[in-house]
Amino acid sequence: MLDRRDFVRRLLIDRGDLLVVSGLGSATYDVAAAGDHPLNFYLWGAMGGTAMIGLGLALARPQNRVAVLTGDGDMLMGMGSLATIGVKQPNNLAIVVLDNAHYGETGMQPSHTFSGVDLVATALACRFKQARAVADIAEAAAVRALLHGGEGPILVSARIGDEDVPRVLPRRDGHAIKQRFVEALNSA
Amino acid sequence: MPTPSTTPISWPDAIYAQFRRAGVRQVGYVPDAGHSRLIRLCQDDPDIADVVLTTEEEGVGLVAGAALGGQRAALLMQSSGVGNCINMFSLLRNCGFGCLVLVTMRGEFGEFNQWQVPMGTITEEVLRLAGFLTYRVEHADAVDEVVGAGCDMAFGGDLPIAVLLSQRLIGPKQWTR
Repeated sequence: MLDRRDFVRRLLIDRGDLLVVSGLGSATYDVAAAGDHPLNFYLWGAMGGTAMIGLGLALARPQNRVAVLTGDGDMLMGMGSLATIGVKQPNNLAIVVLDNAHYGETGMQPSHTFSGVDLVATALACRFKQARAVADIAEAAAVRALLHGGEGPILVSARIGDEDVPRVLPRRDGHAIKQRFVEALNSA
Repeated sequence: MPTPSTTPISWPDAIYAQFRRAGVRQVGYVPDAGHSRLIRLCQDDPDIADVVLTTEEEGVGLVAGAALGGQRAALLMQSSGVGNCINMFSLLRNCGFGCLVLVTMRGEFGEFNQWQVPMGTITEEVLRLAGFLTYRVEHADAVDEVVGAGCDMAFGGDLPIAVLLSQRLIGPKQWTR
């Protein structure tokens, strides 16, 4: 089991111009805890849509790498988007599912992955170029390398612990998050 | 000297020409009979990424991601698909993303399948409740102007715009089998 904060911090270290989209709830808090950055697009809602935002961004910016960091609940709600991504085959898109097998925001009810529903196998069935599960912090560097240079589309299911961690809240004004992102990308 | 054509441009071609004019680079859609010609035009255009969706709400995320990356995206869907998008539309309002949705209407003029009626009759209201400005087109010769205005408002004004292409315009679904 991974410590989610330590794992995400290691993924985003020396990130350069990596574009990051974070799914609502704990994934957004984890990305914020790793260090606020103008090229973070934090979601506070739109559950199920995180991976598709990543796809639209990856298609628009083939010269950048795009990392979607989200939870198992968000990925399960948008499972069809894995098929959509599989059709388009964006080489520059990676999805990291921070999978604690629970719905953390709503009282830690078990999610479908708790019962063994396998997002890695789903991604491979959807023609992802690479998909793997990781559970050892020693693998963080390899996952980081995938985000920056792996042949996409990529999905990594990161088996994280289900312990409660303090919330780290980034800005919540969607207009401001968007505007800052667009301006940073334009000046990059 | 070529003979000038008297055949009016078809409405899907008019929409496609507006997409070209506005610089639309991504088009998300769930396959739809009414949009079939437009979908084919987009698929054949190397400057447009056509993205076939499993459900229409995926398209809302696509539009947002495209805009973050500096590209313009449009969505094609049937009226039933509008219902699939409702919560995801909150992304547009919360972040101020413009969005152009072209909706082929079912469940109205000439509909043979009553299962299309419940969603078809509330589609425009649902869009308005979700913050869209809606424009209904009944005649093919109005498509160019309305879609052109819709492109300008969605991409120039960052507004959520829906153009409803009426079933009378599209023609009733052809039951081929």
